[in-house]
Amino acid sequence: MSAPAGTEPAAYELREIEGPSALGGGSRRFFDLLWLISVTEFKKTFYGTALGYVWSLFRPLLLFSVLLVVFTQIIKFETGAEHYAVLLLFNIVLFTFFQEATGGAVTSVLAQEGIVRKTQFPRLVIPLSSVLVALFSLGLNLVIVLIFILGAGITPTWTWLLFPLILLPLLILTAALALLLSALNVRFRDVAIIWTVFATALFYVTPILYPLSTTPGLPKVVKDLLLVNPLTPILTQARTWILEPSAPGAVAAAGGWTHLLPAAAIFVLVCVAGVWVFRREAPRIAELL
Amino acid sequence: MAIETQQSPPGSGRRGFATAPVVIEARGIEKSFALASHKVDSLKERLTTFGHRDVKQLHALRGVSFEVRRGEFFGIVGRNGSGKSTLLKILASIYAADAGRVRMAGRLAPFIELGVGFNPELTARENVELNGVMMGLHRAEARRRLGAVLDFAELGDFVDMKLKNYSSGMLVRLAFSVMIQSDAEILLIDEVLAVGDASFQQKCADVFHEIRDSDRTVVLVTHDMHAVEHYCHRAMLLHDGVIEAEGEPDDVARRYLRLNFERAPRLEGEDDWGGSADVRLVDTWLESDDGERVSSVETGAKVRLQAVFEAVREINQPSFGFVFTNPDGVDVGGVGQELPAGGPQKLEPGQRVRISAEIENQFAPGRYVVKCWVFRNQSYADLALHAPHVIDFVVFGDATSGAIALKHEISAVIEEGQ
Repeated sequence: MSAPAGTEPAAYELREIEGPSALGGGSRRFFDLLWLISVTEFKKTFYGTALGYVWSLFRPLLLFSVLLVVFTQIIKFETGAEHYAVLLLFNIVLFTFFQEATGGAVTSVLAQEGIVRKTQFPRLVIPLSSVLVALFSLGLNLVIVLIFILGAGITPTWTWLLFPLILLPLLILTAALALLLSALNVRFRDVAIIWTVFATALFYVTPILYPLSTTPGLPKVVKDLLLVNPLTPILTQARTWILEPSAPGAVAAAGGWTHLLPAAAIFVLVCVAGVWVFRREAPRIAELL
Repeated sequence: MAIETQQSPPGSGRRGFATAPVVIEARGIEKSFALASHKVDSLKERLTTFGHRDVKQLHALRGVSFEVRRGEFFGIVGRNGSGKSTLLKILASIYAADAGRVRMAGRLAPFIELGVGFNPELTARENVELNGVMMGLHRAEARRRLGAVLDFAELGDFVDMKLKNYSSGMLVRLAFSVMIQSDAEILLIDEVLAVGDASFQQKCADVFHEIRDSDRTVVLVTHDMHAVEHYCHRAMLLHDGVIEAEGEPDDVARRYLRLNFERAPRLEGEDDWGGSADVRLVDTWLESDDGERVSSVETGAKVRLQAVFEAVREINQPSFGFVFTNPDGVDVGGVGQELPAGGPQKLEPGQRVRISAEIENQFAPGRYVVKCWVFRNQSYADLALHAPHVIDFVVFGDATSGAIALKHEISAVIEEGQ
């Protein structure tokens, strides 16, 4: 029935199809899809509502205003920060990126059910596009932060150039969590709910309201929790490099390298788990939906 | 008007595929799904459910091997649950096979259904680009084809309209057009579409014929036997996850129909045949005014329902009934007939009776299923045959609101004075 393989022109050489996977379909298609889907998604938040972009700014700014009033006017909170308002806004904007990206990713695969079940689609694009969309908003929000920074009279230093070194680990951590959560949520639909609660709790054990090192009288338990949180060194170092060169960096604030190890271990663990779980689940996602 | 009426006879235009290179090769494909009697889909349940769970293995495909050569239009038919859609999803890299391997040569269109991946919030322009990229085109290339896609779909005026404001007919046109304009060499299609108005229907039929005679390879999964007979060069019948027949489309279609009609009433469930089986349905079909069998009917057109029954045992005062069920599962109409008055009121074993009903199609567009009953002794309690799904067909035409297209005359007059 079949012609001898040797007589076929090279153009019709049969190639094994590898089935559904995280990356399937070639790298150029992968990046084109990732970019296009993220941009269209981002545009949707831009044009979708009457106020468009203002809304996405509104949330972090509102949170910022409330917290600022509470912690500077109602509770006199001693943090040792030179520019508390700017620090608070900066931290909130960075955390908002983390929260938006992971919160969007956790339900992303379910939301794209049609695509996953009816097309050959690189699965990895779906959670990563949530991260990319959040990254676009972060970019715009940072413009607001910059205005606040300059308004507060903070002088630019050369360490501003190191900002990518802050962004990179934040991005990696966020992306890894996005993979982990989106894959788990296909199997266990309550992961999304659990994550919402968890992310809210995480807000308070991340040095957003109070810097790790300079806040006097932090209870030991809070300090311990801060130290295992991989976001802590990222935000702490951001403060030093961008806002207050005199504030202790991540290492100094933690009290030496060794104290950073738990956070580093969790960072690595999340990354490995994210990639491993997603790779394992990717071929079966269509069946589980 | 319908797809079927203007075709060349089945099997015509056959080319020699024996020498064409194999572009799809499937070897020993197996796939099973774990069907839990109670699906655990939350962490809470996983943590609170102890002990064993009932998990049944559903063997959807049991070692399926076949090959398709370049340029072939290959049909896969089978009843619901026969594994045909699972097979298509494995070919399309949507599902992973448990065992066996698939090899392909050439660019594969990644969709198995039209319009998947359309985002209603985006305009046609943006969607066409997105779809093109999904098809594996460069972004610039996808944008360049926008004009051709919209021309074909005749939607040039609506390029910047969001898809959520499109009518369903416009959507289908766009989706179809995107698929046709991609330069994929292998197309995997789950069911031919029969929506849109008559002229678009015609266009789709033309395109399918063009594809059929081109070098593109198509795998079509369907239970529309007319599509199989008209488009396919070769077909394959799947039943319970194994290949039951493979070869000439009309042979395969006949095997499929036989499989449907002669299914013994042994299984349970709503989708099953019942009754005392004293009578058997030999064949039933819909035909157009000029006597050609059809599987799609335009709203407002006349259509004839034909059926031939054969008595297995002697049967007294039989009455034959047909009910049309719409896509929502609502029985929207029915017809019934008894033996002609004045003649004998019973059928002897082996005697056949032919039922023929002229129907003016007033159904709204959509996919319809015909159920069939035979009663004895003029009593609804005395069921000789119940066949839940003897015909399915598509009604196409302009969308109407509601389940039927009301036959009506309507006018509007602006009143003078006052």
